[in-house]
Amino acid sequence: MKINDPKNRTKGNMLVGIDIGSTTAKIAVIDDGKLIYSRYERHFSQVRQKTLEMVENIAGILDGSSFTVAVSGSAGLGMANAARLSFVQEVYSTAECVRCLQPDTDAVIELGGEDAKIIFFTGGLDERMNGSCAGGTGAFIDQMATLLNVSNTEMDELSLTHQQIYPIASRCGVFAKTDIQPLINQGATKADIAASIYQAVVNQTVGGLAQGRKIDGKVMFLGGPLYYCKGLRERFVHTLNLSEENAVFPEYGLYAVAIGAALYSEDSELMGYEELTKRLKDSMKHKETVSTLPPLFKDKNEYQAFIKRHAENSVKTEYAGDYQGDVYLGIDCGSTTTKLVVITTDCDIIYTYYSSNKGNPVSVVQKQLTKIYETFGDHIRIRACAVTGYGEELIKKAFHIDFGLVETMAHYTAAKYFDKDVDFILDIGGQDIKCFKIRSNSIDSIMLNEACSSGCGSFIETFAKSMGYTVEEFARQGLFSMAPVDLGTRCTVFMNSSVKQAQKDGASVQDISAGLSLSVVKNAIYKVIRATTPDELGQRIVVQGGTFMNDAVLRCFEKEIGREVVRPNIAGLMGAFGAALYAKEHQPEESAILPLDEVKTLRHKSRSAVCKGCTNNCRLTVNIFNNKDVLISGNQCEKGAGIKLRDDEKLPNLYAFKRDLIESYQPQKGRYKIGLPLALGMYELYPLWHTIFTHLGFEVIGSGFSTRKLYQKGQFSIPSDTVCYPAKLMHGHIETLLEQGVDAVFYPCLTYNINENKGDNYYNCPVVAYYSELLQGNMDSLQKTKFLCPYLNINNEKELSRELTQTLSKHFDGITKASVSRAVKAGIAEYRAHMQRIYDEGKRAVQFAREKGKRLMILAGRPYHIDPEICHGIDKLATSLGFVVVSEDSITADMEPPVLGVLNQWTYHSRMYAAARYACEHDDTQLVQLVSFGCGVDAVTTDEVRTILERGSKLYTQIKIDEITNLGAVRIRLRSLIGALEERGQ
Amino acid sequence: MAVAKAEYVKFTKEMKRDYTILVPTMLPIHFKLISNVLVSYGYKVDFLEQVDGNIKESGLRYVHNDTCYPALLVIGQLINAVESGRYDKDKVALLITQTGGGCRASNYIYLLRKALKKAGYGHIPVISLNFNMLEKHPGFSLTLPMLYRMLYCAFYGDLMMLMANQCRPYEKRRGETDRLVKKWTNKLLDESSHASTMRYSHVKKNYRLIADDFNKILGGTPRDKVKVGIVGEIYVKFSPLGNNNLESFLLKEGVEPVVPGFVDFCLYCVYNGLVDYDLYRIRPFKAFGSKFLYRFLLSKQRYIRNMMMEYYPNFMPMADFDETQKRVHGYISQGTKMGEGWLLTAEMLELISEGVTNIICTQPFGCLPNHIAGKGMMKPLKERNPGVNIVAIDYDPGATAINQENRIKLMLSNARS
Repeated sequence: MKINDPKNRTKGNMLVGIDIGSTTAKIAVIDDGKLIYSRYERHFSQVRQKTLEMVENIAGILDGSSFTVAVSGSAGLGMANAARLSFVQEVYSTAECVRCLQPDTDAVIELGGEDAKIIFFTGGLDERMNGSCAGGTGAFIDQMATLLNVSNTEMDELSLTHQQIYPIASRCGVFAKTDIQPLINQGATKADIAASIYQAVVNQTVGGLAQGRKIDGKVMFLGGPLYYCKGLRERFVHTLNLSEENAVFPEYGLYAVAIGAALYSEDSELMGYEELTKRLKDSMKHKETVSTLPPLFKDKNEYQAFIKRHAENSVKTEYAGDYQGDVYLGIDCGSTTTKLVVITTDCDIIYTYYSSNKGNPVSVVQKQLTKIYETFGDHIRIRACAVTGYGEELIKKAFHIDFGLVETMAHYTAAKYFDKDVDFILDIGGQDIKCFKIRSNSIDSIMLNEACSSGCGSFIETFAKSMGYTVEEFARQGLFSMAPVDLGTRCTVFMNSSVKQAQKDGASVQDISAGLSLSVVKNAIYKVIRATTPDELGQRIVVQGGTFMNDAVLRCFEKEIGREVVRPNIAGLMGAFGAALYAKEHQPEESAILPLDEVKTLRHKSRSAVCKGCTNNCRLTVNIFNNKDVLISGNQCEKGAGIKLRDDEKLPNLYAFKRDLIESYQPQKGRYKIGLPLALGMYELYPLWHTIFTHLGFEVIGSGFSTRKLYQKGQFSIPSDTVCYPAKLMHGHIETLLEQGVDAVFYPCLTYNINENKGDNYYNCPVVAYYSELLQGNMDSLQKTKFLCPYLNINNEKELSRELTQTLSKHFDGITKASVSRAVKAGIAEYRAHMQRIYDEGKRAVQFAREKGKRLMILAGRPYHIDPEICHGIDKLATSLGFVVVSEDSITADMEPPVLGVLNQWTYHSRMYAAARYACEHDDTQLVQLVSFGCGVDAVTTDEVRTILERGSKLYTQIKIDEITNLGAVRIRLRSLIGALEERGQ
Repeated sequence: MAVAKAEYVKFTKEMKRDYTILVPTMLPIHFKLISNVLVSYGYKVDFLEQVDGNIKESGLRYVHNDTCYPALLVIGQLINAVESGRYDKDKVALLITQTGGGCRASNYIYLLRKALKKAGYGHIPVISLNFNMLEKHPGFSLTLPMLYRMLYCAFYGDLMMLMANQCRPYEKRRGETDRLVKKWTNKLLDESSHASTMRYSHVKKNYRLIADDFNKILGGTPRDKVKVGIVGEIYVKFSPLGNNNLESFLLKEGVEPVVPGFVDFCLYCVYNGLVDYDLYRIRPFKAFGSKFLYRFLLSKQRYIRNMMMEYYPNFMPMADFDETQKRVHGYISQGTKMGEGWLLTAEMLELISEGVTNIICTQPFGCLPNHIAGKGMMKPLKERNPGVNIVAIDYDPGATAINQENRIKLMLSNARS
């Protein structure tokens, strides 16, 4: 390979470039304009050691000559400083390399272990790196491969045979995981999932990084993942629509940064082999100050005492196989693992199984059942069985299991066995953190981790593997760390970069392992439970879940809360154990479980389909069993499952009602077409604006409800990837309107919302108020039309008329003050009538619920949460579980706001506070709060709503929503809520 | 709108006598000067300069973790100070600012009270420092002369910060700039008990003396280092605690940091009163008052600007806010008034007009107004000002310095090439 070096910098010296990324180290040597050596190795966090080794390996090349060196890469800075070598930022190196090797390149896409970058060359150099939230690409693919239980190579091969692509949230790894898990559990094929994962990476790069700038011309792809994964390449080329000669995958793809660093090094000092190795050796002595924590155990004795104490919490699990009689089977089909427990009439365990479900829980359970039948023969009789967990429905259907119960109930049942006075249960599994408080023998409050802080248990696993250890070995390493690193709490992605920082600073594997355990614990305590003192958790704490089998995690937890807790010896099997206990308590006449021969011959196939029941187009997974059983999953309502309801069986649903109201506003022919994007603040004010413009003779075009497709249409112009999903959808709505050839688009800036006299002020949140400003600055396509975003005062008819006249008369003929005044009057009247319709329907729903004895749920969100793409059918799910659903605005018209400990200054949120008060005052009413991920305002409101509800001894349930469509988790929450209500006798 | 509010502990007249009021570090120079004004009016005030324990950690413990980072740090700092053992927990009060805008920052004080309650210090009074009469405390009132003095402190602070930032990268004896800042902070404190400090002529004289001193450090040294502007959410922009010592990092990288002043933020708040009337015809009296106040502040700012341009040509002078505010026309409306709002865009444009084309836009992770006025304005800014090099950096308790520094380094490599 010839290096085209315009500055001719080789000057007879060799150039050495070292690139240290998050997981790998690369080295490149250039001599006389030629790349004479390159090598690539995983460094397993031993950055300095590995670099030295790699340099020593090429002693033959370097020794005896003089050369210049530069270091690059995200983990290279610390080493470069310690070894006194020049450092160059990696994006800069890449640009340097491409300029010299392929000068006609228009854009570069580079994916590394944890970074994604795009460099635009043509039309002004512009370099972009992923933001702090969007991390993880190579590491993300690794994690996903682990989840699918395939190697990276296998995943790549699989992806090439895909049939269809599923939508997978692309913002960050944790979200994607939440999307993938249900797909796996529902039986989608690995090939399709693999390709969908790659597509998510592509969408993330193209959408999150390019941010409105089109990627075209000659595009070069660099970095490990793009070098190895053909499937990923294929998705990129397909998505960017590149011709063969415009998609460049150079053979030096892995070494671009190292080559760039080498080229950059020519201005550095000249040195020899001896000097370089000496400096590298010196750098290993140099240890920078890392923020560290006290060790987990003072000494061996403390450790021994700890082990002994926990050994006491045991259920008998050793049986010689001589048991005869009735048994009860419990299955916990979790998100990543499947657990089975068989117990005797004395609750002794005679059989357990715990394993990764390998992406196919049905075959795992099938094998296990066969084994149980065959091992125990006629000694035992399965009297009853129960299943819990993500895969509950699938397993129940497949094997005719007697009961299905929600996970939280299963765990409580099991914990009670170990401590009947337990008042707090914390379960950290592979994907979920669940915790619940027990008060007077029933579940009092349930906290599940939100999509953001999930993935903790399996995070340790993935990390252990990436550093070349098994989980057990990795955990053991952590137990005796002298100085655990402080890695912070937030999400996986942030932890990744904290680890990177620690590696940079030379922390050992032991210290990182202990640090990770502590992070998991802190995450659970402070992010999920949000506790401040141990007393807040409870007096009698039972901890469980696979992650607590890790002694380091257990120890960290006890140290953090300063209290001893109970960890049963079957901590990882508690769900299954609880299910077995449940089956024993509720045993039917006879168990319906499939007998051995039918288990053996069970065959299961799954295919995907799209539901045509409504416009929502849910993606269904149809599981077909050879005994003619069929299970449909992925549906958001009963229609997908093929059930038809009679009219009088339909429960009132204010969300659906409000959607129907919005849809009833149709365009009338007019002189001009004006487009109203149906997003954010437009939802509630649609009747107002629609009426005003119709009165003024406009043809009002709405953009309709959001869909995933609509989102994708606009995703390329979203400048801030951490803004809430409802705001991101706005871009798609604008594109949709533009496609319809409107003469103007209208989305006003409303600092102040409608004043309902319910608070200290009546603001909109900053995003709802000013999103137009952002659209104007970032959507080039808006230049094709007139974009009207006046600042309006909607609380004053006269003022509104004046302001609207001012704006509209600038752009359209025949707009007079008088005509606008009339239109505004009509608009406000229509808005009031619209709200009245909602209040009336709210009353009807409440009455219906009271007459029929149904539970009432206030699904408290904001007006735009009725959008089917935003609430993901949660309203329908709630009605399918037997709730009458009302919205926060439908029942609070004459509700005084409660006493608050915060400033009540946003109109939409004032209604939520009032709704919380309503729930407190009515026994049959529950409040479930919908929170958009990234909603800063809700950081204030959620705590306050919870306080109000708890003051009224009500259960607080919060559902965080984003791009994700994981209804499974929501279903667990709602079912747990029902379970808790039933226990409370409500 | 009488809305029932949970009762809060008031700061009573009796408390004024022997309670110590703790003031968090928001703007290191300015807040210190401003708290000195309180001291000279008989309050016992302690401006928290030292960092007690792990502030982030206690913030995370007592505040909702999705709340903005500044709230977390301010509250963490106050609680740690209360627990430090330096104060009698029954004789201490806390002070926090409150703006009353549509941004969630107006809720800091409530979050602080909640946090105190959680930590078991529900009895500690929290004083709101605001200019909108959001809350009243019988033992704490800002009189006109006090406000007047605070105002001068803001100007002193801006002048010192502005000149210090331009001296530091070029100082010959390490630390001499910081020593000078310290010297003047103490001097202004000593003065504060004299009545003469109120006289504008005296203040003007001080401006010259301060400027002369800084001028001695810089002298004729050409300010030839790469300049990097820092804009953003007010706390992370100014507070080293909030931005992981951004300024010293930049100094180490051999560049000159340029930080637009605090007075601009005050002027922006005042100016919004005018805009509100202009757009919505609301609160005409407030608008009238704002107009007066705006002109008054502006004249004071212009005085310093003119002084700098006339006598200290080697320094980049203080901005003229009336010019700054006009720059946003065609980019963003001045109706965008929550948080830093349009000021953020205006400051970036102001920097660009001064030739500072490398800009770091700082914000707490998930800062709502900055989605619009910060990240949302980068595209048009870059398009209409070719060569502008902006990077947005998010700050939050989980973000690591390496991530932030790596991105800043990329920006710097571009700045240098």
